[in-house]
Amino acid sequence: MTNSGYTVHVENLTRMFGTFKAVDNVSFQVKPGEIFGFLGANGAGKTTTIRMLCGLLLPTSGKAIVAGYDVYKDTEAIKRHIGYMAQRFSLYEDLTVRENIEFYGGVYGLNRKQIKTKTAELLDYLKLWEHADKLTASLPLGWKQRMALSTALLHNPDLIFLDEPTSGVDPESRRNFWMLIYELSEQGKTIFVTTHFMDEAEYCHRLSIMRDGKIVELDKPQSLKQKYKADTMQDVFMKVVQKVEA
Amino acid sequence: MNQILLSIIKKEFWHILRDPQTLVIILLMPILMLFLFGYAITLEMKDITTVIIDHSKTPHSRQFIEKIRSTDFFNITGFNIPESQIEDIFFRRQARCVLVIPSDFASDLQTEMRTKIQLIIDASDPNAANFINNYFAQLSMRYNNENNPRLAMPFSVEPRIFYNPDLKSDYFFVPGLIAVLILLISALLTSIAIVREKEIGTMEQILVSPVHPVQIIIGKVIPYTILGFIDSILILLVGHFWFGVPVIGSIVFLLFALVIYILTGLSFGLMISTITDSQQMAMMAALLSTILPTIMLSGFIFPIKSMPLIFQYVSKIVPATHFLEIIRGIMLKGNTLLDLKVQLGYLFGLAGLLILVSVRKFSTKLE
Ligand SMILES: Nc1ncnc2c1ncn2[C@@H]1O[C@H](COP(=O)(O)OP(=O)(O)O)[C@@H](O)[C@H]1O
Ligand SMILES: [Mg+2]
Repeated sequence: MTNSGYTVHVENLTRMFGTFKAVDNVSFQVKPGEIFGFLGANGAGKTTTIRMLCGLLLPTSGKAIVAGYDVYKDTEAIKRHIGYMAQRFSLYEDLTVRENIEFYGGVYGLNRKQIKTKTAELLDYLKLWEHADKLTASLPLGWKQRMALSTALLHNPDLIFLDEPTSGVDPESRRNFWMLIYELSEQGKTIFVTTHFMDEAEYCHRLSIMRDGKIVELDKPQSLKQKYKADTMQDVFMKVVQKVEA
Repeated sequence: MNQILLSIIKKEFWHILRDPQTLVIILLMPILMLFLFGYAITLEMKDITTVIIDHSKTPHSRQFIEKIRSTDFFNITGFNIPESQIEDIFFRRQARCVLVIPSDFASDLQTEMRTKIQLIIDASDPNAANFINNYFAQLSMRYNNENNPRLAMPFSVEPRIFYNPDLKSDYFFVPGLIAVLILLISALLTSIAIVREKEIGTMEQILVSPVHPVQIIIGKVIPYTILGFIDSILILLVGHFWFGVPVIGSIVFLLFALVIYILTGLSFGLMISTITDSQQMAMMAALLSTILPTIMLSGFIFPIKSMPLIFQYVSKIVPATHFLEIIRGIMLKGNTLLDLKVQLGYLFGLAGLLILVSVRKFSTKLE
């Protein structure tokens, strides 16, 4: 275990798919308790970066320390300390809400009693009691995403990776989801979230803008707006892209 | 038991029960296939029209012909035709095989270890030709054992034929079919079970949890062992009550051997699933890699002893080879597990090896 004071510490991280550089030499640090945003269009390399940090993909080169553990050597330790919500909904559609929660409770090694209390707690929190025994497939996407978030939290991790948790969800559900993210942040958890919604970028403490595998900007939303003399993150993003292409 | 493992098993059962359509297919498909192929083969493989040319014309050759006549397999339709007409007979489909007993048949039988006899088979249907060849080989071997004074130990060559005294063809083919079907269904079950999770994306969520590959794999194997077991029992019931294959030995032994055999099939399916990415690919791989070797190399069609040496070795790693000996041994001969310890050992070894390979090949990464 290495301790640099950062929850995530990445230096010159690169991932190739064949000869294609999906993630190109990125470096950044995430502080404890931060909501750290990854903004970028589709194909920018956000998911690939997150997967490397979660131990799902081996980097081609570079360094990454997550929650104090090396992504090359200690992926098993990383897995115990992080929560991860994949971009694609990855709970079982043919299981009920309760069964999904119970399953992941078991997978994370909770005992029978813990699973029971945790399930009740989460159903309360998600306000999903009346749907607890319905098949997950029948829920609207906004609820599925909340359910996915809560199962990612079952083992009480301090660091949570959310990969486009709000894509495809209606605006109100998106707002609700960000309320949950803020609650988690207030509990002291570190959040690493990717999005392609510019307005959501405003909610992050710090933000990096990714394009073609590279990080082209990294700062607080407020500072970026000042730097580019823009009113909204949408403007900032446009100007950053113009600058990169020029 | 380990809570993680228990959760995986439970989840797997939910998947099975939530998809009644697939469940029905899983349970009915093998039975249907047994009926279909069982009938196709046994209808086809009965009353094989046969012409016999007896140059020997001795009590021995007549006795041998009586043996052939007494089976339900050969139907003698012609006798002592001129050899020049053989081609014509095949051409007009008047017989599917011609047996030529040479003039030195009786003397060879008394003085030589091997007695030559010629069987000419119409191989326009090569599978049928193989069946005929295999069946005839068994029958003549038995006759040779009984009547050749130089072969003092009648049990040494191919004892199993002794336990099918009427040489009923159903007894001969149905256990082989059972072996093919059980292996196929078990390999299919697990190969799809893991690949499906890769395909729908749920594997990604499992892989970021601290689950060990052994737990995932064992967690998948246990529920499907039970399902495969139910399937196999249904198949056996049809084999026994419909096709009339007897169970002379202990049913408990048979069920025990069955579990081991199913495990071998399931672990084979697991291995397939660790190297394929789509359900279709997994299914194709399972079909091809179980059906073909099982039919061709297990002794189901070709007698192993008449294969080229290299294939005889290959047949040792085909699970059905050993299971075929076990199932024929228990059903037809009344063998005990002790008699079959070598075959059981092979199956155990194969299952263990395959699981080991699967666990090692199972990637905890996405690629
Ligand atoms: N397994 C893979 N094999 C080949 N190329 C891939 C693979 N995964 C992602 N890519 C490519 O890498 C690039 C970045 O993808 P991704 O990280 O998913 O982007 P984002 O999450 O920002 O939309 C894309 O061009 C994508 O096509
Ligand atoms: Mg993505």
